[in-house]
Amino acid sequence: MNERVMEKLGILADAAKYDVSCSSALSKRENKNKGLGNAKGYGICHAYTEDGRCVSLLKILLTNHCIFDCAYCVSRKSNDIKRAAFTVQEVVDLTIGFYRRNYIEGLFLSSGIFDNPDYTMERLVRIAKKLRSEHNFNGYIHLKAIPGASEALLKEAGLYADRLSVNVEMPTEQSLKLLAPDKNHIDVISPMKYLKNEIIGHKEEKKSNYKTPLFAPAGQSTQMVIGATQENDLEILGMADYFYQQMNMKRVYYSGYVPISYDNRLPAIGTPVPMIRENRLYQADWLIRYYGFNVNEIVGFNHPNLDLDIDPKLGWALRNLDQFPVDINTADLELIKRIPGIGYLSAQKIVAARKFKKLCPHDLQKMGIAYSRSKYFLAFATPFQLQKDLTSIQIRDHILNFQKSKYKNDFSNQLSLF
Amino acid sequence: MTEVIYDGTYEGWLTAVFDVYEYKLADIVFTKNETSGALLFATSHLVATDISKAKRVLDGLKQHLSPEGLADMYKAFLSELPQIEETMFQFARHVFSNSKNVEGDYSNNAVWDLRKATRLTRKESHRMEAFVRFKLTKDQLYYAIIEPDCDVLPLIESHFKNRYADQRWLIYDGKRKYGIYYDLENVSTVELQFDMKATSFKHSTEICDAEEDFFQNLWRRYFNSVNIESRKNMKLHIQHMPKRYWKHLIEKIPNVNDYK
Repeated sequence: MNERVMEKLGILADAAKYDVSCSSALSKRENKNKGLGNAKGYGICHAYTEDGRCVSLLKILLTNHCIFDCAYCVSRKSNDIKRAAFTVQEVVDLTIGFYRRNYIEGLFLSSGIFDNPDYTMERLVRIAKKLRSEHNFNGYIHLKAIPGASEALLKEAGLYADRLSVNVEMPTEQSLKLLAPDKNHIDVISPMKYLKNEIIGHKEEKKSNYKTPLFAPAGQSTQMVIGATQENDLEILGMADYFYQQMNMKRVYYSGYVPISYDNRLPAIGTPVPMIRENRLYQADWLIRYYGFNVNEIVGFNHPNLDLDIDPKLGWALRNLDQFPVDINTADLELIKRIPGIGYLSAQKIVAARKFKKLCPHDLQKMGIAYSRSKYFLAFATPFQLQKDLTSIQIRDHILNFQKSKYKNDFSNQLSLF
Repeated sequence: MTEVIYDGTYEGWLTAVFDVYEYKLADIVFTKNETSGALLFATSHLVATDISKAKRVLDGLKQHLSPEGLADMYKAFLSELPQIEETMFQFARHVFSNSKNVEGDYSNNAVWDLRKATRLTRKESHRMEAFVRFKLTKDQLYYAIIEPDCDVLPLIESHFKNRYADQRWLIYDGKRKYGIYYDLENVSTVELQFDMKATSFKHSTEICDAEEDFFQNLWRRYFNSVNIESRKNMKLHIQHMPKRYWKHLIEKIPNVNDYK
């Protein structure tokens, strides 16, 4: 290891940072024969950058040389930037050195496409293989599945990696055609399908034969760039829903576009990153995955975009006031989870606590529930406190006046664009 | 008011609970041996830690609590919050006075206060699993210093033992002046006076492995390269990495060479 590695690390970490996935969870890989590393299934964020994002994995590109010219990508062929490439051994040494010092949970390795997809994929696989077999490494490995790589290589990758991902990047085929003329939608979708079947197949087989090797035990994920193109939230969440339902995705990531190009097909440099919209999309995503919401309840043809001012659960509740008030002392858990201001864990706490006594507003406040928001949707037997004459617009105003948004400064900035 | 003086250990506290019931002590406050100075209270009771008494209290709790609930009490104890002993005692009384498990009785003050303390310890032990930064010495020992608010070493021991099974390591709690040391076979508790100045640059070049400084710089370079300037959000950054931890986080300590 020498000073040149330091420079490469700077270049290839910088180029990899727009990939937002940092999860190191969902994989149980036990330490065997006194090897290195052990994953218990929960992620650990070892550090947080000044932008507030977590650093869990050593996230780097093997190289930022690329034969493609995707407009949204900082490593595109036509971009005049410093190029670099790691050797296989350098990536292995960095991963082991960082892991042993408890800096990271593992490696997230992606790459620009040099020469051809198989040539690139083969090197990613070789690194993972070396870590697992030569270093007895049981930390987390996330590999990018390079679109266009052979199925044999994808299969081998799955045997060493905890998670594989293919980024769809653009929410629709038209946008992909516009910004990434070298890429086809089908090149992205077909490896996803292949991986889905392999993951399910290995899981099934493991049930009957425990010796079946692990195959990407943390599943697959993908990423969509938000705000670079014209798609509305209905299209974006519809696509995400397709990935969850049809591809068994563990996660879909939404990456607010950071302007990096003077290309006139894209938002100009200096345009603010759509952070609020990104945040609302993640909230909607959580509602779909953990709160039992259907995507059609969150966005629809009448309201194709999420409200930036209020969270999507509150938005749903205001459109469906006929479902309220809910009596938290008797309602089902699933219904309590739908009350604005009451989160997943709080709903479970309520259901546990009401077995001991009838809960009153004071109890909810003590239990850390956002009572100022939830009170419009709750009913208590005595005293009956429902403010039933308020319209949804009035409730919205009350709540907005009461809360101080953490994004207040960004709001003025972002809204002035429209 | 009766002052119940115990030795500051968990077993000591459990014995104290036994004594409170045995001698029907009312209106009590707990005091640790070391902190008990002049007698502030009219009456006091000195607890002699007794493993068999402690076990009887623990067995009693076991009958009413889930294994997690029992472990949570120990975690609350490790929080070292002021008056944590009283909170735990209120909780224990609530447990003993009910025939069914009260862990979910969140609208009860004792249950809620205990939960808060438990969560504090759990959160910090998770943080320490993340924020330990090992440095490699010339004799191939990976060592780290931490100064957590809660006494988390007993909780993070198995995590590090399972993960770093093939390297010798030492994690030292600079606040409580003890550490845990893994010798490739077992983890043991070690009491030592660690020179906290050992973190200084001059000292670290004397004791550290030749590549250690380079790796620290690689980590700093990596940490700074993955930041996206146009998304800067220092409030969130500090919320996740509170400043009180920075002095042991390599990426938050500027490289000394930068000032040469």
